[in-house]
Amino acid sequence: MLSRVADSIYWLNRYVERAENIARFIDVNLMLLLDALPDAAQQWEPLVLTTGDLPLFQERYGEATADNVIRFLTFDTSYPNSILSCLRSARENARSVREIISSEMWEQVNAFYLMVNEADQSRYVMELSDFFHQVKLSSHLFAGVMDATMTHNEGWHFGQIGRRLERADKTARILDVKYFILLPSLRYVGSMLDNIQWMALLKSASAYEMYRKRGGHRLCPTAIAEFLILDPEFPRSIRFCVTQVERSLHEIMGTPIGTWSTTIERTLGKLRTDLDYLTIEDIIQSGLHENLDDLQLRMNLVGGAIGETFFAFESPSMAISA
Amino acid sequence: MDLGQTVVNHTTPRRCGPYARLHCGANITSQAPRYSCFVRWRSIMQLNDYDPGDFYDELFIAPGKPRLEAIPLIERLCNLSPTELKRRHEAAQIALFKLGVTFNVYSDNQGSERILPFDIIPRIVAMDAWQKLDTGLKQRIQALNLFLADIYGNQKILNDRIIPRELIESASGYLPACQGLKPPGDIWCHITGTDLVRDRQGEWFVLEDNLRCPSGVSYVLENRRVMKSSFPVVFDMMKIQPVEEYPNYLLETLLNLASPAISDPTVVVLTPGMYNSAYFEHSFLAQQMGVELVEGRDLVVVDGYVKMRTTKGLKRVDVIYRRIDDLFIDPLVFRSDSALGVPGLMEVYRSGKVAIANALGTGVADDKVIYAYVPEMIRYYLGEEPILANVPTYLCWEPKQQSHVLANLDKLVVKAADESGGYGMLVGPHSTAAEQASFAEKIKAHPRKYIAQPTLSLSRVPTLLGDRYTGCHVDLRPYVLYGKDIYVNPGGLTRVALKPGSLVVNSSQGGGSKDTWVV
Repeated sequence: MLSRVADSIYWLNRYVERAENIARFIDVNLMLLLDALPDAAQQWEPLVLTTGDLPLFQERYGEATADNVIRFLTFDTSYPNSILSCLRSARENARSVREIISSEMWEQVNAFYLMVNEADQSRYVMELSDFFHQVKLSSHLFAGVMDATMTHNEGWHFGQIGRRLERADKTARILDVKYFILLPSLRYVGSMLDNIQWMALLKSASAYEMYRKRGGHRLCPTAIAEFLILDPEFPRSIRFCVTQVERSLHEIMGTPIGTWSTTIERTLGKLRTDLDYLTIEDIIQSGLHENLDDLQLRMNLVGGAIGETFFAFESPSMAISA
Repeated sequence: MDLGQTVVNHTTPRRCGPYARLHCGANITSQAPRYSCFVRWRSIMQLNDYDPGDFYDELFIAPGKPRLEAIPLIERLCNLSPTELKRRHEAAQIALFKLGVTFNVYSDNQGSERILPFDIIPRIVAMDAWQKLDTGLKQRIQALNLFLADIYGNQKILNDRIIPRELIESASGYLPACQGLKPPGDIWCHITGTDLVRDRQGEWFVLEDNLRCPSGVSYVLENRRVMKSSFPVVFDMMKIQPVEEYPNYLLETLLNLASPAISDPTVVVLTPGMYNSAYFEHSFLAQQMGVELVEGRDLVVVDGYVKMRTTKGLKRVDVIYRRIDDLFIDPLVFRSDSALGVPGLMEVYRSGKVAIANALGTGVADDKVIYAYVPEMIRYYLGEEPILANVPTYLCWEPKQQSHVLANLDKLVVKAADESGGYGMLVGPHSTAAEQASFAEKIKAHPRKYIAQPTLSLSRVPTLLGDRYTGCHVDLRPYVLYGKDIYVNPGGLTRVALKPGSLVVNSSQGGGSKDTWVV
């Protein structure tokens, strides 16, 4: 498979997943707005914090009101990680590999982009909930269409790697930010507000129902962190995603899991094993924030190493029309 | 957890399987009138207002009198209510847009794309007329190929003074770097899209040969796909020659270029990238043939071979179907500012370790001055009379012809010898005195650069414009492949000038397209 093509499928999936996660984060926060809670609970700034682009936001928008944050994260075309920008990039990537992916995938990503691009941006933000719902559904539809219509070959696995890495990264970020905000507010511990906030965190990762079902049932901060980081079966937990990434990588390399011939297999293998054998107590003891930071860093290294190993080609040169 | 399965899952019921549908289709067909009462439609349909006028109309001989080969189509059209026809017309446009049969209008980060406007009324070519085109095109391509081999070889035709040497050497498509080249099988023009037109008498003429990277064949294939779903009944009744085999023939043509020693040759389509106006077609053809679509940056010359960068390292490429113009293909030999090409490609090509279709240098025969000599080429190389005529062409570099052109600028079409796509031309009858004066200056300053042709009264086909049928001028571009044998795809792209009265059919100038039926 051409390196450029693998690169495009990888990014196509990352962008679609990114858009979905942003939509979910915003939607959960919007729902909180509808509940009668103290102003302290109206946390919009942390949402921007999860993206890592807070300075850029402050420079452009100033105060983190619901309106500002939503416009920034959803429709701002000059911000490369807004939902609209993500879809635009996803579509451009898809367009450059149309002959490789299935036509159904192309049609879905194209329709997804058009839906976001044509959304009525002038609507009152509170009315955007159905829009965010559409974004989430469209992303799921894309993933399903890709799973059901594209051969599960090398290209498909590159797509999976892109999607899972993005997902693990986003789970780490939302957990990091929310945990950090929620934990110091001791006066709320056990209160209704506290519970609502923890529920919101789980919902941000579509994890609320599955968390309740796994046994234990009660909302407990440590158990929530454990579920989102270490659960071996929940599809948005960091461990689950990293395990899948490793599987796809070894499919591509044609090597058994547990062996390595390149740095990338080794880097990823070490990360996955750590997640396999860590307990939540280890993590809390050495600091949740420090651990999540470290996980994000290591996943970034994996992303970088995949680029260097498989996609490395001269930087795209300026196109001259022929 | 598992509460037991309460829903019994069925496999798809058989009753509505493919046989049921087939049966249904047959019913519709038997209800459709076969060559039945001609009179009936006249009363129903607005096509009876349609006046072919003082032109050769491809579907009608006279008002209310369709050509023999068009009767089943016209009957069917008349049985459809105008609303229904309009609905199908719109459905066809939507289908094409959804299929992504688009061309880029301009490039920005919006990825702006448009479909080539498509008209649902097809153009019909009767089989006997088509057979003449088929043999005529084969003859012409064969002669042009011999000409290209000769020009970049011994140059017999120049030494015998059939064509003046200075005309070749001053042609912008002539590439001295290709002198001495020996492409596999001595085939140069593997893929050709010849532009043909018909005059008022219905006589066919070759307008342009297009031996470099002719585009548009994807429209032929996708238009046909849409037409089949728009008029299934008509397709069932008329024996329309299939065009769908084109990708197979194209792949064979390309595989034919690889050295027989290679058991499984790697073929690629080389595109300038997704901002190129024909990107959809590049991607479509690669997909239909199941080969890689590459950009210049995917290819690299290593150890005397062309290789592509893959996730598993470098892989050798044996045949390149290039959709990049000659001058951009290798910055070391041609334009050094080209970022689209592959540095060192020409060297590998010369050594025969990669094949390229079309061969480099074929553009010399696209020069409109050289075009004027094609009938001579046919006589010279094949010893035959041309089956297809050229449009009479006046060469401005010859003083006598130039004075004739200058005296008749208001009647002639003047074209720049090295331009295509409807650019750089003067349509005499539609021009102002000032435009004519400015062209006269240009002709006198650069006589080699201009040719002139009489204004042809191009044939027309009824076309749905708004709610009415209007006769619009058309041309025809069939696609010809030169592999082991020469293959002419039965059909081709009918381009239509959608502005009433306009003679310019190019997509860049507001043209559209129609399906072409050979019956």
